[in-house]
Amino acid sequence: MAKKVPLQITLNGEERAEFVESGSTLLTALRDRFDDTSPKGGCNQGTCGACTVIIDGELRLACLTLAEMCDGASVQTTSGMAKGGVLHPLQRAFMEGFAAQCGFCTPGMIMAAKALLDRVPNPSRDEVIEALAGNICRCTGYEPIINAVLEAARANSHNAA
Amino acid sequence: MAIRRGRGVAAVNYPTGMNLGGDPSQALVHSTPTGNFMVSLSSVDLGQGLKQVMAQICAETIGVATDQVTIDTADTDTGPHCMGTFASRGTHRIGNAIIRAATEAKQVMLEVAAEELEVDAGDLETDGAGNIIVKGAPQKSISIFDTALAAHFKQGRSISGRGIFLVPRSFPETETGAMKPSTCYAHACTVAEVDVDDETGEVTVVSVKNVFEIGRALNPKMVEQQLVGGSWMGISHALYETTEPYYPKREHGGTDFNQYLMPGPGDLPETEIVVLERPAADGPYGAKGPGEMCANPQIPAIANAVFDAVGVRVDTLPITPERVLRAIKAQHN
Ligand code: FES
Ligand code: FES
Repeated sequence: MAKKVPLQITLNGEERAEFVESGSTLLTALRDRFDDTSPKGGCNQGTCGACTVIIDGELRLACLTLAEMCDGASVQTTSGMAKGGVLHPLQRAFMEGFAAQCGFCTPGMIMAAKALLDRVPNPSRDEVIEALAGNICRCTGYEPIINAVLEAARANSHNAA
Repeated sequence: MAIRRGRGVAAVNYPTGMNLGGDPSQALVHSTPTGNFMVSLSSVDLGQGLKQVMAQICAETIGVATDQVTIDTADTDTGPHCMGTFASRGTHRIGNAIIRAATEAKQVMLEVAAEELEVDAGDLETDGAGNIIVKGAPQKSISIFDTALAAHFKQGRSISGRGIFLVPRSFPETETGAMKPSTCYAHACTVAEVDVDDETGEVTVVSVKNVFEIGRALNPKMVEQQLVGGSWMGISHALYETTEPYYPKREHGGTDFNQYLMPGPGDLPETEIVVLERPAADGPYGAKGPGEMCANPQIPAIANAVFDAVGVRVDTLPITPERVLRAIKAQHN
């Protein structure tokens, strides 16, 4: 059995600590130890984007990130986005725009979109496409997802104004 | 050497469900003691929205709100038999089975209410807002909640129903070979516009305009979602998806989906979707199965557009740059 190592992270704003297997990925640690199954394991080798999370403000693939290297880091996943039962504008836009079918790509898409909107609050369509280019969706044809991200940006700027 | 524009059209006539040895699905419906309805199925929702649409169908048949219906699916041990969710059959076959089960359950419910109201069950109807009323005299009524309680605790009756929908096996006529493989067809037509680079063989889809005839859109937003995704997948089949070719040998080929090509968010053509509704005589509330049909017409439309652009027929999918170039070369020789 692999050696267990302590891992302390701030997960969606909350201080958390668990023992994880040395050498395991952040994806495994989040899903199996921290009980956060919102990041999905699609390919486990960095090609599908289903496991996308935000680590210290940077977009990362949890399947390619060693859990141990995240000690002390702040990790954001889609499970932390709704606040007090109120959906994040991106979640709302995805829901209202029917931007998910099977939903497997959705958490990764939302994280990729969030990282974009955190950086560029009013992105162009091309910027949205660029930001989602690392995330594969088999169901939607992308169009509803792109539209949902643009809609969330509009809703955000509306609220800010 | 130039970029050449071409336009192609194709139409499809697509069967809903299949017909090998007959095509059945079953449903069981029962009410809880407080008048909510459970639908037991063994049919799977794989993201196409089966649960939502089945809840709508049950709610419509019984006359309650959709959120009073719970769909319990995907347990083939405890659910009644279903052939499965494939062949675009889910809405049509399972929906029809639910209508039958819900109709039977509703009849029991009305009989229980009739007993409580001391009227004839034939004079009762649901008002869609949780009550059973006497036709023409809505002030005489009982809630479905109270009816269910009375059934359970007073009359000792089970408000439940069984339903099966079977498209029977069709045998070919020995003389002509003619048979009726399906009872219900969805239709689509696509016009595709492409740019073909006759130097690299690359095909770029400029636009696809799709018209889909789907019987009746029971949930219009979900139908639209399916059609948009399907149109994209049709393009993907036409131009990208294959595990071939790999050089110099097949063993160098892809071993999993990481090496399987599909268009990404940056490769989307201008896409137009138009929905036509011509209710199917044997469809649940007129619905047909649009699931697979919607990803089909783009393929021949794109092949025809390539022909229109550079004058070659590529008859093997996907239409890769290599195949286009080989066809152009063969044409010159
Ligand atoms: S699971 Fe990480 S990129 Fe696919
Ligand atoms: S919604 Fe199914 S993969 Fe995107």
